[in-house]
Amino acid sequence: MRIGIPRGLLYYEYFPLWKCFFEELSAEVIVSGPTTKRILDRGVQTAVDEACLPVKVFYGHAAELGDCVDFLFVPRVVSVEPRAYTCPKFLGLPDMLRASMVLPRLLSPTVNMRRNRRQLLAAVRQVAAELGAGPVKTWRAWRRAVAAYRRFKEFLRQGYGFEDAVSLALGQNRHLARQAPPARDLTVAVLGHPYLVYDQLVGMNLIQRLRSEGVRVLTADSFTPAEIEAKVRNLPKALFWTYEKQVLGAALACLDRNVDGIIQYVSFGCGPDSMIGELIQRWVRRKRDIPFTLLTVDEHTGQAGILTRVEAFLDMVARKKARSA
Amino acid sequence: MKVTFPHMGYLWIPVSALLRKLGLDVVVPPPITRRTLSLGVQHAPEFACFPLKLNLGNFMEAYERGADTIIMAGGVGPCRFGYYAQVQQEILWDLGYKMKMVVLEPPKGHWWGLWKRIRWLIGERSVRDLWRALGFAWHKFVALDAIERAACWARPRAAAPRDVRRAVETAVRWVHEAETADQVREAREEGVSLVRSHAVRSLRDPLKVGIVGEIYTLLEPFANYRLEEKLGALGVEVDRSLYLSDWIRAHVVLDALRVSGEHEVKQAAQPYAPHFVGGHGQDTVGRTVLYARHGFDGVIQVMPFTCMPEIVAQSILPRVAHDYGIAVLTLIVDEHSADAGIQTRLEAFVDLLRRRRSKKKHDAVARAQAGK
Repeated sequence: MRIGIPRGLLYYEYFPLWKCFFEELSAEVIVSGPTTKRILDRGVQTAVDEACLPVKVFYGHAAELGDCVDFLFVPRVVSVEPRAYTCPKFLGLPDMLRASMVLPRLLSPTVNMRRNRRQLLAAVRQVAAELGAGPVKTWRAWRRAVAAYRRFKEFLRQGYGFEDAVSLALGQNRHLARQAPPARDLTVAVLGHPYLVYDQLVGMNLIQRLRSEGVRVLTADSFTPAEIEAKVRNLPKALFWTYEKQVLGAALACLDRNVDGIIQYVSFGCGPDSMIGELIQRWVRRKRDIPFTLLTVDEHTGQAGILTRVEAFLDMVARKKARSA
Repeated sequence: MKVTFPHMGYLWIPVSALLRKLGLDVVVPPPITRRTLSLGVQHAPEFACFPLKLNLGNFMEAYERGADTIIMAGGVGPCRFGYYAQVQQEILWDLGYKMKMVVLEPPKGHWWGLWKRIRWLIGERSVRDLWRALGFAWHKFVALDAIERAACWARPRAAAPRDVRRAVETAVRWVHEAETADQVREAREEGVSLVRSHAVRSLRDPLKVGIVGEIYTLLEPFANYRLEEKLGALGVEVDRSLYLSDWIRAHVVLDALRVSGEHEVKQAAQPYAPHFVGGHGQDTVGRTVLYARHGFDGVIQVMPFTCMPEIVAQSILPRVAHDYGIAVLTLIVDEHSADAGIQTRLEAFVDLLRRRRSKKKHDAVARAQAGK
């Protein structure tokens, strides 16, 4: 049995969990290739204009997997913690896909932990039942999957790149390039959704590029959940989007760490980011004088324009640091 | 303390009546103009949705008139509206506007906290006074909705569209000036008959268009560029899917009683959007299905640029349109939209509906002749 996972959106959040789980249930996992211009174009053609870039990318990957799989795994992730939601587009993702293209059978459990954390297990059981797995096997698969997911998050926290963290978490023997210690005493935080900054095409390899410039890079995954929770506890109102809460919490945590500059990376028209971006800018400016830049990308963005801005930003950060030293 | 609140269509009439009955000093923000919009756009985040920018403009103009307290609604997500108040508060704070924001929502899910805020607002007044004031405001909601419904009916039948607009303005003023429940009832009856009296042409079978979409852009004529009037002037009978009184009945009263008020709509949306997506996304899909089943010629979805729940609905609507053979137009509005552009698109849409109708009639005649 082949299960297709489009390389987009929550893939960048949960892939080791999904892969481990399905493989333990003896299914074959097929992931679409890294985002290419062709995949993006396919997505842009099938999605409505108004959809944001990552959703269009996701459409492209789903179309790419099309008929070479038995199931397409597109969960409806409504909520992953009490009293919070994800973005509305995740709530309607399977419906949006179904309305716009011909698809193989969708494997689309609803994950809604808003009222009750245990609902997650019901979703797990539902998926396993659809694949014909018994309860014992399911339970074992789930335990292993969760362990792989925790390892994955831990590796990300230690500063491994996304691909490396995935293979380490899944125990694949892959030759890892040793992370060279940063050559310059400069730390820059790249804050944004994993599906933007970790995507090869959309994220423009920003993190690797900065690292090759000798800069130490932090992402929203560099902070422990406890650190983030401590930061967002004092918000005027609890933020009801889980993934944006991570970005906002990370931005506030940067103020305590020795961070020299913050780059916020968002997609054009992102609803939740339009709100938290505003708060981050205002709060960062009020609390500490840290250089901050907002990079907005969509399907028309040219790489050269973004990279020029990043270079200029880096120059400015370095100069500011040299002057204050 | 001088309280203000954001505009949304005729919401200001019942809300200011409610607050005045409770003895509060109310500053109604001046009607939304280009200035309101440009104030909001200047200071709000670029990609925030249209209503946030207009709200912010309202607050700033109300501040100029002496308001110092804002009453605002809240929410629990995932629609952005639930975080409006907090973002607007930060913006006003940085601008040096000393305004206190009272958000009517249960803080951290505690209803007691909401009650404390209300208690703080109404001061010494009793719960009975509050209840009475709410009842009085409710009458106004119902009256205004009746007038707006009458206007939708009268517009395509009027000799000149501006007659109806003037009649609506007069009728609305009567409702606003009414001091007692009886006067409101009277204003409603007279207002409705005044508006309907302008329907001088008899239309046998006018084109019918349903309007669905996001609540603010549905209700605020400035935000939808007077969509209903434009369609009325083109000879279309408009049915708006959402009126304030219906919304309050379904979402405030019935929800509190844990009864789902819009079962029919959810049911209709089921094959396409089986799950809640925030805001009015699922309703938009369900109502489009219902309009199609009721034989409407077309549906217009109106939404602010970047509205997340409505983008989900927009992605699904082509499938509904295909299955039911109904024409759907999505109208996205923000500060960059302009009257002429919207007018042109509406004219083209109405042309398309007319042609579809005559084609249908033609086909039916051809079929009948072939059958002979």
